[in-house]
Amino acid sequence: MKMKGTEAFVQVLKNEGVDLMFGYPGGYAVDIFNELYDQDDIEVVLPRHEQGAVHAADGYARSTGRVGVCLVTSGPGATNLVTGIATANYDSVPMVCFTGQVPRSLIGNDAFQEADIVGVVRNICKFTIMVRQRKDLVRIMREAFYIARSGKPGPVVVDLPSDMMKEEFDDQFGLPISIRGYKPNTKVHVGQIKRSMEMLKEAKRPLFLVGGGVRLAEAGRVMTDLMEVSGVPAVTTLMGRGTIPTDHPLYFGNAGMHGYYAANVAIKECDLLFSIGTRFSDRITGKIEEFAKNAKIIHVDIESSSISRNIHVDVPIVADAYAAITEMLKRVEHCEVEDWIDRIRGWQAEHPMVQQQPPHTDKLSPETIMREIGRRYTDGIVVTDVGQHQMWSAQYIDLNGNTQFITSGGLGTMGFGFPAAIGAKMGNPDKRVVSISGDGGFQMNLQELATAMAYELPVTVCILNNGFLGMVRQMQELFYDKRYASTCLGWKKSCERNCSDPGKKCPPYTPDFVKLAESYGAVGIRVFDQEQMEAAFDRAAENQNGPTIIEFILDPDELVLPMIKNGATVDQMIVTAPVYTD
Amino acid sequence: MKKRWLALYVENRPGVLARIAGLFSGKSYNFSSLTVGETEDPTVSRMTLCVAGDDPTFEQIKKQLNHCVEVIKVTDFTNTALHMKEIMYLKVKGCSLKEKNDLFNIAQVFGVKVVDYGKNSLLMECFQTEERNNSLIALVRESYKQVSIVRGGSVAVESISVQDR
Repeated sequence: MKMKGTEAFVQVLKNEGVDLMFGYPGGYAVDIFNELYDQDDIEVVLPRHEQGAVHAADGYARSTGRVGVCLVTSGPGATNLVTGIATANYDSVPMVCFTGQVPRSLIGNDAFQEADIVGVVRNICKFTIMVRQRKDLVRIMREAFYIARSGKPGPVVVDLPSDMMKEEFDDQFGLPISIRGYKPNTKVHVGQIKRSMEMLKEAKRPLFLVGGGVRLAEAGRVMTDLMEVSGVPAVTTLMGRGTIPTDHPLYFGNAGMHGYYAANVAIKECDLLFSIGTRFSDRITGKIEEFAKNAKIIHVDIESSSISRNIHVDVPIVADAYAAITEMLKRVEHCEVEDWIDRIRGWQAEHPMVQQQPPHTDKLSPETIMREIGRRYTDGIVVTDVGQHQMWSAQYIDLNGNTQFITSGGLGTMGFGFPAAIGAKMGNPDKRVVSISGDGGFQMNLQELATAMAYELPVTVCILNNGFLGMVRQMQELFYDKRYASTCLGWKKSCERNCSDPGKKCPPYTPDFVKLAESYGAVGIRVFDQEQMEAAFDRAAENQNGPTIIEFILDPDELVLPMIKNGATVDQMIVTAPVYTD
Repeated sequence: MKKRWLALYVENRPGVLARIAGLFSGKSYNFSSLTVGETEDPTVSRMTLCVAGDDPTFEQIKKQLNHCVEVIKVTDFTNTALHMKEIMYLKVKGCSLKEKNDLFNIAQVFGVKVVDYGKNSLLMECFQTEERNNSLIALVRESYKQVSIVRGGSVAVESISVQDR
């Protein structure tokens, strides 16, 4: 039966099980939206900016494990997706983005709202293609979903010229998918697994380093089993946080730049680093020559290109984390490493992950807020933005049971958190969702408050307001002689040009987040102390009709510690806040 | 920096060359030569490319290329007997009769053809290895000022029974 491109488009979405997508229309996508208008089983969520759509699709995908879908128009609609596509690509999120395109006869003519989006995103997605012929539409769409969700997942961008979508063709929807250049690895090399298990048994000071790949493979449970059977301790990367219950006695926290002291020292001292689903990013390794210097390294990753790229690996295992760990569990033996674990416990006792006395005790400390969130949002979804609050979230929020932790780890995209939380809530209407942002990052996508109101999404939106781009400010405080270049968000024309000493004379902060919330019809609460905090969270839990913004007023002097400076070593870790005598 | 050769079978469609080139520029890899043409299957193109880099970089390049959906197959020629040739045009202008005669001798010794000829100029068509083309260029440049060169980049194919290059 012949059907139009737009009809075939909808049919493929249905066959792929898409019941929710994020879409922003425009001239060259209007035909597709027109077709979707009649579809009762596909909800099309209208964000207030295409970047909101793509981050929401990302949050939806991360929280449900399904493919996130967004649909936008050509030109600016498409280019507004770029940051979101790169974000999803870095963190291996399955996503398919459809972009409208000018008619084929106009391509290359600098037509109105024309952009070579395939050319723009080529290097920041898993796969991208323009559908140049109507007969290829269904095949390419199906391949797009397959590529997005299989192997190491990632975003796929499909560009759809508007005239092609109007053409009719007799499509076949059930043909087997076979892409000759794409054969994701599904096997596990048992020989390498055996070798790794022998090395684990022989090691005196073995340590698991667990990354986001374990979460993607939904292998947290088997990973915890592997730790328990072997008795070998584990640390996680930022993306691996939450795969192992954070209160597990063999778990010693996050490694890396703002990781736990004990975790980083353990990596330095271990003689076998058994890493699963991590790519040894510079945030984890610091100075690469000094990283895990005394250790043999086993590296399990689904992508051969991740192995031995940043660091020399002794035993590579190319496999899906779940498949690999399951094979390991068949062979693993208990390791007698109690002495080693005692040493790690010793480092933990030396510098536990607790905040030092905050500079001004009358104010809320980040740790207090994060621990409260951890207590209240059990079995919920915690979505962070990027910056100091993200690191505090990773340090202090306990993730036990089924609490999910969603964060832009690889690209570090400010503005990600709030729209991603919207996507997570839409995908998990029965779970409590809390979004944590700084005052900087929240302002990058605050327009999505309208979306959250429109869909009556009861998301708790925590804004940690210290009036600064805190992460950069922290670097400026520690390494740039307190020269706060372009990081004060409270600065106004009436201020000194280069103010280094913000204090009582500062002008009022813009915007007033409470009034902002109210202007959207949402609930806004400002919190200065612990008592107000508890009341605010109670109020947020009651409000089921829309988002509740809780603005926490923080001291800008709060630092994320410990810290290993970019490219430095564990020995140079800054553990305690500097004391200024001037 | 060692020079190494790779052959890629890729999808023959718009954007694939840009994908490969983009991968190299995006990851700061260098290639010193790249040729591309259709194979016996019109939906498949074959690229021959020469990469200069250390061993880990070369391994990483191969992995990254394999990782591309558009790339069907990557063949490493490091330990492979090959037939490999480059086409090059070498034009010399502003030469005397004696100089032209000398150039004929050079062409004969190098086994390349003089395919065009004028009052003061001469054109050689050189179909030989890249190294021999380099040597020829060096020799001609020693004695002639107005030399223009057009190089096509090498193409290579695995040998059937010949064991060296």
